[in-house]
Amino acid sequence: MDWFLDAETTAHKLALMVLAIALFALVMGAILFAVDKPKRVPQWVVVLGFLGPPVLLLLVGLVYPALRTLVGSFQGRDGEDFVGVDNYAAVFTNPELLLVLRNTVLWVVLVPLVATLFGLVYAYLVDRTRFENLAKALVFLPMAISGVAAGIIWKFVYEYRPDQAGINQIGLLNQLLVWVGLEPRQFLLNQPQNTFFIIAVMIWINAGFAMTVLSASIKAIPDDITEAARLDGVSGIGMFRYVTVPSIRPALVVVLTTVAISTLKVFDIVYTMTGGQFGTSVIANEFYSQTFRQGNEGLGAALAVLLFVLVVPIIAYNVRQLRLSEEIR
Amino acid sequence: MTASDVSQRTVTNATGKIDAPVQGSWRSRRRQRRAEAAAERLSKPAASTIAIIIAVLWSVPTLGLFVTSFRTVDDIQGSGWWTAVTNPLFSPFNYRAALVDSDLASNFINSFAITLPAVLIPITLALLAAYAFAWIPFRGRNTLFVAVFALQIVPIQVTLVPLLNLYVGAGVAGSFWTVWLSHSMFALPLAIFLLHNFMKDVPPSLVEAARMDGAGHVTIFFKVLLPLLVPAIAAFGVFQFLWVWNDLLVALTFASNDATPLTAAVADLAGTRGNAWYLLSAGAFLTMLVPLVVFIGLQRFFVRGLLAGSVKG
Repeated sequence: MDWFLDAETTAHKLALMVLAIALFALVMGAILFAVDKPKRVPQWVVVLGFLGPPVLLLLVGLVYPALRTLVGSFQGRDGEDFVGVDNYAAVFTNPELLLVLRNTVLWVVLVPLVATLFGLVYAYLVDRTRFENLAKALVFLPMAISGVAAGIIWKFVYEYRPDQAGINQIGLLNQLLVWVGLEPRQFLLNQPQNTFFIIAVMIWINAGFAMTVLSASIKAIPDDITEAARLDGVSGIGMFRYVTVPSIRPALVVVLTTVAISTLKVFDIVYTMTGGQFGTSVIANEFYSQTFRQGNEGLGAALAVLLFVLVVPIIAYNVRQLRLSEEIR
Repeated sequence: MTASDVSQRTVTNATGKIDAPVQGSWRSRRRQRRAEAAAERLSKPAASTIAIIIAVLWSVPTLGLFVTSFRTVDDIQGSGWWTAVTNPLFSPFNYRAALVDSDLASNFINSFAITLPAVLIPITLALLAAYAFAWIPFRGRNTLFVAVFALQIVPIQVTLVPLLNLYVGAGVAGSFWTVWLSHSMFALPLAIFLLHNFMKDVPPSLVEAARMDGAGHVTIFFKVLLPLLVPAIAAFGVFQFLWVWNDLLVALTFASNDATPLTAAVADLAGTRGNAWYLLSAGAFLTMLVPLVVFIGLQRFFVRGLLAGSVKG
């Protein structure tokens, strides 16, 4: 049994991986083979063969745990005795947790707005210019890398060295400050500005996403519309304001809501850059540290449920907007 | 198109006047429009310059860490990476230190061992489920599909602790199996939804014709639908690959020491050795290596997959 659970050498790990894939293929193959007799097998057996494994996984992996966490949010530290709404009360009264909520609000408001605005302006600016593809690829690139790598990249930009003779700044931003004659600063330690410097990282990542989606929909605006506007004497800012933006409104809604959701769940950037210290924690990060660091499972569960509750209206709005735009079409 | 034409176009654009003469035939109008587009492309030197400058600025943070990852430990601590222009002294030492001394090499293997099954398994399961939802009529099909669709809104944070307890109870906690299983579960709602959308777009006549020929569901699935779905599978595959490879939360929660992937190991370095930039820079680029290769190689699928799957989390 140990052989299956604890792989230490490379060969062992790869063997385990191949075994897992083979095992999966074998099981699925057997199920499919069993239901592939169109005449003799009743319909419900076929459905069970196709849908049974995924539905079972969803029940075990999502439905049961979500319900269990909901119950756990009304229980104490170790998830046993019932404490009523104490955990939720703590989230909305404890000063440290209120700070977490405030930070989360800042993130969810600033990241979607700034990233979308930047992406929109940039997509408009770069449209049909030279090097368009290269410029877009460079801005989109941060979407490909992990939050951990992005966190490290920016932690290095913000790196601080004491302002003494013979000591050079090695972080780019502080060197820029020194070059213009200012004193270097502790970007990630000084509250409350530090939250904004971490938010900048998330904007850096998501602007490329916004740009890509919006650029695609700008290109999809029919030529007739822009041409008619141009004949009416609209150009420049007017074209952007009265033709481009209204034409891509559905895409704007999708981008805003999508970025808002991924911002709500952001964890790895904060975890890598400050670990949630110095007043920079957000709900997703606080969930992790309460649950796994402080051993306060009840409070962690309440934070997770809160995250869930916050996601629902954004997605509902998104789905409604999608419906509306489909009806128009 | 000559240079004077271009500058003239710029002038007319700048004053906002339109000098399009009325054209006789549709074809010549189209040709003219194409010429105008080309002129516009060349006539936006200011926009081109600003766009390129912003794109370069966007890349400077990444470039800085990349340069740093090849500098010597003393250089990194003593001077900014931009001084490497005047003092170019590069070595692969940092990568050796990260891969061998900090043993990120084994974490790299772990990332690989985690990612492959965590991409293959959910895609296969989702394809089968999507087929059933699209092409096998049964009672309660719509209700079940909406339920699966709705599961997309469950943040994975909500599931972690109870799942971990289940794994502990089953005696498999910390192993690769729990990571594979968790990633597969979390990927399913989105994967089923997306692949179902593609399945539905296949013309019913194709499926009907196969059925007439006496083909069962399994045959139709493999012979008729699968070949048509390759682009969709590629797009979702790239998305899921990146999601798993870049994931930190699932890895921290479920993978124990011997199964820790690269992201979790590098995040750990960032916490414990926050000033060892020679290690952190090399480590960060090791985590970025494979996604960047995929990004450059499969950009088309990559963008499509990211756009399709961006709601996940």
